[in-house]
Amino acid sequence: MSKTTTPREPLFHIVKRDELTAKQATMIRVAAIIIGLIVCAIITTILTGDNPIKVYQTIFKGAFGTTRKTWITLQNMSILLIISLALTPAFKMQFWNIGGEGQVLMGGLAAASCMILMGDKLPNAVIIIAMIVSSIVAGAVWGLIPAIFKAKWNTNETLATLMMNYIATQLVAYFTILWEVPKGSGKIGIINQDSHAGWLPEVGNKYLLPIIIAVLITVFIYIYQKYTKHGYEISVVGESENTARYIGIKVEKVIIRTMLLSGAICGVAGLLLSGGINHTITTTIVDGQGFTAVMVSWLAKFNPITMVATSALIILMDRGAGEISTTFGLNESFADILTGVLLFFIIGCEFFIRYKLSFRKSNGKEVKA
Amino acid sequence: MIDLVAFIPRAVQQGVPLLFGSTGETITEKSGNLNLGIPGVMYVGAISGVIGSFFYEQACTGSEMNGFLAITIPLLCSLIGSLLMGLLYCFLTVTLRANQNVTGLAMTTFGVGFGNFFGGSLIRISGADVPSIALSRTSGYFSKALPFASSLGGFGKIFLSYGFLAYVSIIIALYTSYLFKHTRVGLHLRSVGESPATADAAGVNVILYKYLATCIGCMVAGLGGLYYVMDYACGVWSNDAFGDRGWLAIALVIFTIWKPDIGILSSILFGGLYILYLYLPTGMDHMEYKELYKMLPYIVTMIVLVITSMRNKRENQPPASLGTNYFREER
Repeated sequence: MSKTTTPREPLFHIVKRDELTAKQATMIRVAAIIIGLIVCAIITTILTGDNPIKVYQTIFKGAFGTTRKTWITLQNMSILLIISLALTPAFKMQFWNIGGEGQVLMGGLAAASCMILMGDKLPNAVIIIAMIVSSIVAGAVWGLIPAIFKAKWNTNETLATLMMNYIATQLVAYFTILWEVPKGSGKIGIINQDSHAGWLPEVGNKYLLPIIIAVLITVFIYIYQKYTKHGYEISVVGESENTARYIGIKVEKVIIRTMLLSGAICGVAGLLLSGGINHTITTTIVDGQGFTAVMVSWLAKFNPITMVATSALIILMDRGAGEISTTFGLNESFADILTGVLLFFIIGCEFFIRYKLSFRKSNGKEVKA
Repeated sequence: MIDLVAFIPRAVQQGVPLLFGSTGETITEKSGNLNLGIPGVMYVGAISGVIGSFFYEQACTGSEMNGFLAITIPLLCSLIGSLLMGLLYCFLTVTLRANQNVTGLAMTTFGVGFGNFFGGSLIRISGADVPSIALSRTSGYFSKALPFASSLGGFGKIFLSYGFLAYVSIIIALYTSYLFKHTRVGLHLRSVGESPATADAAGVNVILYKYLATCIGCMVAGLGGLYYVMDYACGVWSNDAFGDRGWLAIALVIFTIWKPDIGILSSILFGGLYILYLYLPTGMDHMEYKELYKMLPYIVTMIVLVITSMRNKRENQPPASLGTNYFREER
C-alpha cells in the first residue's frame, strides 16, 4: 500500500495556441470540411454501392443541375442565412436563442393570417404592409418573452426558447384546423390562389426577392455588429456581464433590445416563407432551420460574411443528399446524416485551431507538434 | 369525467420514455454537460434496437424465437447505439472542448436523421421481403405484463400492466437518486458538475467522471427510445413517430429540478398532459381545441422554469458549471 510510483509523463499534452492567423485557421477548417466530405462519400458508397466520384457529381447535380435547381438552392440558402443572421446578435451576447424555429413560425402565421382575413377585402398594398408589420411584430414578441424572463429572473433561455417553439407549433396547428380548406383536410392549402392577394411581389423572377433581402440583412448585421454602439454593447455583455455593468451598460436593456431585433428578423424570414415562397402556412414550414441556423451561425464564428459560406455549405449538402436519396430510392433523411457527419468534423476541428498537442520525446524533452 | 383506470396506464406508458430520457439527461447534466443531443440519442437507441431485432426476427422466420435472445439482442444493440452517441458527444465536448450547445444540436440532427433513414430504408438495404417494419413478435416479449395483472381489476391495470422496461425505468430513477445523495460516487459527480476545478484539486478524475456520466446517461436515455418503439408502439417503426419527446425529456429535467425521484411522478404527469387532449371534451365541430390542449406540457414547463428562476433557491439551481467545458490549464 505504501508503494509510491513516480507519475509517468504523459505521451502528449494539450497546450493553448497563440492566436492563429486567419489564413491558418481557414486552412484547418477547409481541411476538416474536405475530410468530412470524404467520410460522407464513403458512407454513401457503402449504402448505395455507387463510386465516390459519382456521389460528388450527384450532390453537385442536385444543387446546381438545372437553372431552376440553382435558383431554389440560392433561395433556400438565403432563408437559412436570414435566420442565422437573426440569431447571431443574440449568440454574440451569449444568449442561446434556439427558438428561431418558433419565431419564424409566428412570423409566417401572422403573414398568413393577414392574407386569409384581409384577402380580397382590402387593396393589395394595404395587405402587404399589414403582413410585413404583423409578421415582424409577431416574431419580435416571440423573442421578447424569453428575453424578459432572462433579463428579470435569469431564466435559462435555451429551454425557454425551446418551449416557445412548441407553443408556436401548436398555435399554428390550431389555426390550421380553424382555417382549413376544404374542411377536414387538416391543411390550409395555397392561400388566395386566384386573386394572389397578399402574395409578395416578384422581383425579376420568383426566386430573387428572398435573396435580395438576405443580402440587405447580411450587410445590416455586419454594420450593426461592427460599427454601432449597440453592437459594441452586445459584445461587452457577451464577454462579461459584470464588466458591462461596471462600465454602465444596462444589461437587461441590451438583452431585451437584442432579442427584439433577433425575433423581428426571424419574423421577416417567416414572412418570406409564407407570403413569398409557399403562400401557405403549415406546422413544418420552417423544417428545422431554426436549429440548423444555430450551427450555421456558430460555425461562422458569428461573422455575417462567413455565414454566407457556411449556410451555402449546409444547403449544398442538404440539396445534394436529397438528390442522392431520390436517385437511389433511399429515405430523404439521408441528408441529415451527411449534414451531421460533416458538422461533427467542423465542430471537432475548432480544437486544433485553439489548442495544439505537444508530444513527449523519448529523453523527456518536449517537441512541438 | 375521465375514466382514470383507462387514463392512468396510458399516461404511464407515455411517461416512461420521458422518464428514461430525463433520468439520462439528469445524470449527464450533473457532470456539467448540457447534452442537447438527447432527442437524437433516443432515436438512435430506438432504431439500433429495431435493427437488432429486425435481423433476429428475419433469422428465425417460421421458427420459434428464443425469448431470452429476443429481449437481449435489441437491448444490447440499443445500449451500444446510444453508448456510441455518448462517446461521440464526450469526445467532441470533453476531449476536444467543442461548444456543448452546437454539438448537441448537431447530434440531434444526426440522430433523428439516422433513425428515420434506417427506419425508412432498412428493408430496402437488407433486401428483406416484408412490407414494413413490424416487430410484433419481439414486441410481445417486451410488453409482456405480469401474469396476475389482469386478475386484479383496477389495481392490476394501474400498477402491474406494463412491460418490464417500465419498471426498469423506475428502478433506475430511484437508484440514480440514491446514488446522487448517499454515495461517494454521487458526491464526486456533483462536485464535478458544480466546480470541476475544485473537484480536480481534490483528486477527482474530472474527465473520467464526465465521460462516464454522459455515456451512462445516453444509454439510459436510449432505453426510452427502445421502450417507445418496442412496447408503446407495439414494435412498429414509423418515421418521426417519436416526435419531440426528447425535448420534452430535457424540459422535464428542469421541471424535476435535477432530482430523478421526483421525475417518476412528473414524467407520468407529463405523459398525462401529453395525451390529455384525447380525453377532454371538444365536441365534433371544435376539433381545433385539441391542438391548444397539446400545448399544455410546454406551457407548464415554461411556467415551472420561470417560477424556479424567480424563487432562486440555492438547492433548486442547475449544476453551476453546466454548459461549460473544463480545461485544467485555463484559469
